[in-house]
Amino acid sequence: MARVLVLGGGISGHTAATFLKKWLGRSHEVVVVTPNSKWNWIPSNVWVGVGGMSREDVVFELAPVYKKAGIDYRQAKAISINPEGSATSALPFVSVEYTGTANAGSKEDITYDYLINATGPRLNFAATEGLGPDCGNTVSICTADHAVEAYEKLAQVIEEMKKGEKKKFLIGTGHGMCTCQGAAFEFTFNVEHKLKEAGVRDNAQITYISNEYELGDFGVGGMHLKMGGYITSGKVFAESLYTERGVRWITRAHVKKVSKGKIDYETLNGDMKEEEFDYAMLIPPFAGAGMKAYDKNGEDITSKIFNPGGFMFVDADYSKGAAPFEDYRAEDWPKYCQNQTYKNMFAVGIAFAPPHLISKPMKSPNGTPINPTPPRTGMPSAMMGKAVAYNIKDMIQKGATEPTHSARMSEMGAACVASAGKGFFSGSAAAMTMYPIVPDYQKYPDYGRDLNGTFGEIGLAGHWIKHFLHYSFLWKAKLKPFWTIIPE
Amino acid sequence: MKLTPYSQNAYTPVPSGFTKFRRNCVPWQIVRFIAINIKMTMLILKSHH
Ligand SMILES: Cc1cc2nc3c(=O)[nH]c(=O)nc-3n(C[C@H](O)[C@H](O)[C@H](O)COP(=O)(O)OP(=O)(O)OC[C@H]3O[C@@H](n4cnc5c(N)ncnc54)[C@H](O)[C@@H]3O)c2cc1C
Repeated sequence: MARVLVLGGGISGHTAATFLKKWLGRSHEVVVVTPNSKWNWIPSNVWVGVGGMSREDVVFELAPVYKKAGIDYRQAKAISINPEGSATSALPFVSVEYTGTANAGSKEDITYDYLINATGPRLNFAATEGLGPDCGNTVSICTADHAVEAYEKLAQVIEEMKKGEKKKFLIGTGHGMCTCQGAAFEFTFNVEHKLKEAGVRDNAQITYISNEYELGDFGVGGMHLKMGGYITSGKVFAESLYTERGVRWITRAHVKKVSKGKIDYETLNGDMKEEEFDYAMLIPPFAGAGMKAYDKNGEDITSKIFNPGGFMFVDADYSKGAAPFEDYRAEDWPKYCQNQTYKNMFAVGIAFAPPHLISKPMKSPNGTPINPTPPRTGMPSAMMGKAVAYNIKDMIQKGATEPTHSARMSEMGAACVASAGKGFFSGSAAAMTMYPIVPDYQKYPDYGRDLNGTFGEIGLAGHWIKHFLHYSFLWKAKLKPFWTIIPE
Repeated sequence: MKLTPYSQNAYTPVPSGFTKFRRNCVPWQIVRFIAINIKMTMLILKSHH
């Protein structure tokens, strides 16, 4: 009997674990280690942040779902990996610390035959002084609890605006090395929509601040699409929406410090500027989970397994890390998400170390990097989880020695529906697809992407799709009937 | 929308009244709902290796 250990029960880990258990049945064990008792459909946190949904609408208890599926669920967080075992264990293992109320703080070593690291992002608010809801001056929508608090504060500001007060809203990225601009984009327009609904839009100045070189970069170097008889940059598409909705924008910005009601930021041309706010939601930069790794003798091998940001090395071409943008290639991106030293170890979703940026690296004259880091959104994260699940299944059941399924971000597309306001008849969203996610200028020399697979449009239909996705992905994650036919 | 000459937003395209109408016109959006779903499904099929 083989044991597959999945670290992280988020979008990619949950996908991998549930498919693996379905395919492997009772003959093999699937263990999931994840610190929260509840699963969160993170994309809908945007709506929680504007009061359009409650916390309960976007989370559910994991234990009953895993019990039904026959998955061994441990509410714990992984602390370290011993991929060679140790002096006392011949098998590789992960040291975990339990986080549930019953056994909080107790530790255990869990052995494995195959390991999937799907620990996602650590929200690195500490990278910017004064950032974040816990000890900072901004709100966040990155977790369901953060989003609840973001709405409480928004509702309070709206009440003050109803009395005639003018307010400044600042939404965007809280550091020069952030990813996840899409979430900030969505929150911007959902807040704008909410203010309009509350009848206080005229009292608001809304500013979007971002580390993107231009609007519409989204950490994927922007995109081109066919529109109105032209092949147009996504920048035009994005700026049009900001203009239409009266949102001012600041790009090429690294937020250095957040004080009460004010940020200090540096621009790509080295200027130091300030911006005031009454309400700010700034996305933090993401780091890896921060696990350690040890070899059989107990030597620290963390730097061999994880990059300095805490993301796990896989089968990417890391020699290109410092290469110029023009030398980036599609093949630099990992095909199988498999660690090359320990081939029974995989990393999927945000947890794997990208070979380099997708957007062009940029620095201010002061040496401050101001560029989006690569996004690994829900769809590719889940697809990586499923591909790795397939590979492990084939290794266990068919004795495959090499992975059989790939999930390379330069060979797969992404569908993205960015909400711009909630409401069955009044809502809207930008529905976008791009193929591939990482531009491939060798295959598509003009624009890096297949223009037949890359498109975008705004409208009510996008909102319906976003709403439909909310219910269908929760249905799938709860393993309700026919869950396997719902695509990633 | 009132244009402020030489401001940030003076150089961007804005949707015409007809475009805005289409974005919220339920019968047209039903058509778009189907079309976008087909496009996304094709993309998903193309992405599995
Ligand atoms: C507000 C917001 C809106 C978004 N909207 C969209 C959208 O509309 N569309 C889209 O495609 N993507 C969206 N994204 C991005 C999407 O949520 C991520 O790409 C996706 O969640 C990544 O999946 P993952 O499995 O890598 O990480 P996660 O889903 O974050 O899962 C990681 C899991 O690992 C657990 N974990 C952390 N540390 C440890 C540890 N030490 N040991 C064990 N477990 C650990 C975490 O608790 C978590 O459960 C959004 C993100 C945010 C923040």
